[in-house]
Amino acid sequence: MLKLKVTDRIDVLPRHSLLSLVFSLTAGLLAISVIFLVSGVNPLYAIFKIFSGSFGSLYGLKETVTKAIPLILIGGGLAVAFRAKFWNIGAESQLLMGAIFGTWVGLNWGPHLPWPIVVPLMFLAGFVGGAIWGLIPAILKIKFSINEVISTLMLNYICNEFVKILIVGPWRGKTKHGFPYTDDLPLSATLSVLPGSRIHYATLIVAVVTVILLGIAIYKTRFGYEVRVIGENPDAARYSGIDFFKTTLIIMVISGGMAGLAGVGEAAGIHHYLSYPESISSGYGYTAIIVAWLAKLNPLYVILSALFFAGILVGGDAIQISLGLPAATVQVFNGTLLVFLIMGDFFLKNRVTLQWDLKRN
Amino acid sequence: MADPAAKSNRSANTMKKIDNLEMIGISKSFQDVMANTDVNISIGEGEILGLLGENGAGKTTLMNILYGLYQPDSGTIQINGKDISIKSPGDSRRYGIGMVHQHFMLIPNHSVAENIALGYEMTPLLFPQRKIRDSIITYSKKFNFDIDPSRSVWQLSAGEQQRVEIIKALINGADLLILDEPTSVLTSQETQDLFQNLREMKAQGHLIILISHKLDEILELCDRVTVLQKGRIVGEAQTTDVDKKSLARMMIGREIIFQIEKEPMERSDKVITIDNVMVKNDKDLAAVKGISFSIFRNEIFGIAGVSGNGQRELVEAITGLRTVESGRIFIDGNDITNESVRCIYNSGIAHVPEERIRFGIAPGLRLYENAILKQHHKAKYSNKLFLAYSKIKEHAQKLLSDFNVLAPSINVQTKNLSGGNIQKLILGREISDGPSLLVASHPTYGLDVGATEYLRKQLLKRRREGGAVLLVSEDLEEIFELCDRIAVMFQGEFMGILNSDDLRLKDIGLMMAGSLRL
Repeated sequence: MLKLKVTDRIDVLPRHSLLSLVFSLTAGLLAISVIFLVSGVNPLYAIFKIFSGSFGSLYGLKETVTKAIPLILIGGGLAVAFRAKFWNIGAESQLLMGAIFGTWVGLNWGPHLPWPIVVPLMFLAGFVGGAIWGLIPAILKIKFSINEVISTLMLNYICNEFVKILIVGPWRGKTKHGFPYTDDLPLSATLSVLPGSRIHYATLIVAVVTVILLGIAIYKTRFGYEVRVIGENPDAARYSGIDFFKTTLIIMVISGGMAGLAGVGEAAGIHHYLSYPESISSGYGYTAIIVAWLAKLNPLYVILSALFFAGILVGGDAIQISLGLPAATVQVFNGTLLVFLIMGDFFLKNRVTLQWDLKRN
Repeated sequence: MADPAAKSNRSANTMKKIDNLEMIGISKSFQDVMANTDVNISIGEGEILGLLGENGAGKTTLMNILYGLYQPDSGTIQINGKDISIKSPGDSRRYGIGMVHQHFMLIPNHSVAENIALGYEMTPLLFPQRKIRDSIITYSKKFNFDIDPSRSVWQLSAGEQQRVEIIKALINGADLLILDEPTSVLTSQETQDLFQNLREMKAQGHLIILISHKLDEILELCDRVTVLQKGRIVGEAQTTDVDKKSLARMMIGREIIFQIEKEPMERSDKVITIDNVMVKNDKDLAAVKGISFSIFRNEIFGIAGVSGNGQRELVEAITGLRTVESGRIFIDGNDITNESVRCIYNSGIAHVPEERIRFGIAPGLRLYENAILKQHHKAKYSNKLFLAYSKIKEHAQKLLSDFNVLAPSINVQTKNLSGGNIQKLILGREISDGPSLLVASHPTYGLDVGATEYLRKQLLKRRREGGAVLLVSEDLEEIFELCDRIAVMFQGEFMGILNSDDLRLKDIGLMMAGSLRL
């Protein structure tokens, strides 16, 4: 009988990691090719189009960087949460909460204060909003052992509807002729962009600085050490006196807060008002899960993987237009890559061998 | 096959399959460890056979072979004189063998009927519970089991769940029933009920094998007893021919020889005082029932006993991992009852945990990162924010050489080390700071001779250097070799505390079995 045998791989070298990455990306692209073929599109051409659309022109590059900003912020936060094996699927709504809090500060205080005060306050408010929304599942998990995957996912729906209530109800802009948007943020509460692009550089700087700080935190500090011990072995963490409660709360403040920052960036840098949740975020909270995973949960690598996936988002828009593929193609693309990345991780951690079992039929 | 008339007292839907069963020359090894060596047992109709032995003596392995969970390396199994081959639990069920495991194999959210239907071969595809209900009620009446098939398993007490397991085995046509430590989860009343049920089953012609390390039970219930030690049979007897004392000797297996290589040493200051401590286990039952003792500098205090008698809970209470319900714990005069793990560690109690891989290390982190698992917050290795990795690596390197840890480098993932080297690393980490008290739970369990020897010498060194050691072990040899005083723990209480030169130690087997209190 042919038997599959799975054993722990003892020595994982850096080149194994690299190989597994290359193989899973290649295998993922091959699988996606099948989908393109079925839709009657030459897969090589489609994939070429995606990457030339995002990295092949100055306009594409600018858009790619713009979309990478929220992905870097959220992905960096998720990398920390996932390290401690806290599966935060709720970054999408943590982003929205950040946008809500930031918009409130902008709308109410913006008209009275200069931008050097308003903008930092908006980021601070956004961080707090995202952090609060992230703390809820953390507390539910610690106090009542409620699975965080379920609670974070459910909180996404709640927040989604909450945004809709705000924009059609109490926050509907008087200047918007009945459309479900808030009023425009005053000039002092919007983020300036690099000329000729949509890159709101303040958020970009915040993003890059915070993920670098997080990288240092994970690998050099006491806090990072405790996060890694909890992720590796919660029993050993308890045995060694690490405060599971406190550390998990901090992790979710960081993870939710970073998503909140991204929300402020989107509201104040791109849209300049609060509108439907789908247009504020376009699924960054979910895409960032794959970003964090591709970065091997290293906050520093998140910058690269965020650019990669931002490129796919931009390229996806490009093939929508040029090849007439449905908008969901990009989601399929991203989802497929995630599946293959996780499979790659499995093969990296385990040695799988096929064996003929000759003993007793 | 028996004469049909002979089974008139059995229910109509089962055919009698086993009149007698023999296991002949069974050997089984796991990697290098011989779990069973040339074991022979036999059992006949209407007989209850006791399998007696310490933990790790090979009782459960032997029965798992009979139940088809393991394949023996050599040896045969015969039913009614004919060779049979059992390759899976399915095979053994068809031959009429059933087993009730120590840990129940039931699904808590399902009803009794659903659980039984799950393992039943003749379960119909649709509405399985309906068909099985009637059989459950029939068996339940026959043996006074009093089980309602529609109740959910999580609502049942341990005793009731056990009866569900027994009914499950019977409905699957078991003539021979194997019970693995069945009373370990039962109250004494439930135990009496179980024994009544088993006697009833015996009267109806069932064969029963009872795995146990409790002498009282074996003597009370069994007709014959086979004693295993380190995988070999060391004695067989009719229970009418033996008493507790001789059984205990057989189980421990050796005349207890005091071969103390440790130098005599006067104990000095009192280090820890445990005062009338009560602790509950995970099931919220009292596991440690008011224990008091003290340990002194230059002393190794041993707790002997079969595991599961509250040792783990006591250790966890001392090290801060479990809540003390009542009573107090003092270290060097300071009350540390129910303080945090970190606070207790800082006040001088180090801990080599029972399951070293599960608690002692983070397997995926590097060796040097595990070298400071409990000390990382100390000023030596970090300030408020950053870890001092150069000092940590220096410390790890020192641990490797001081404690003889064999590892390619301090950068390897800790899971790649062998068990013995992991244990040396943990011990080194725990004692390098010179704690007042070292709590060591089963420190040499499963280690090879060399590592065992090394670790024991380290414990003696700790004693020489003025430390106090609390050693919890099932290995009596280890206890006798190292300890100055020995407490025997049974069902959450000390059956006595003896000096290592006390002649009454020869009856330690009786004390471990709870039938002698000094």
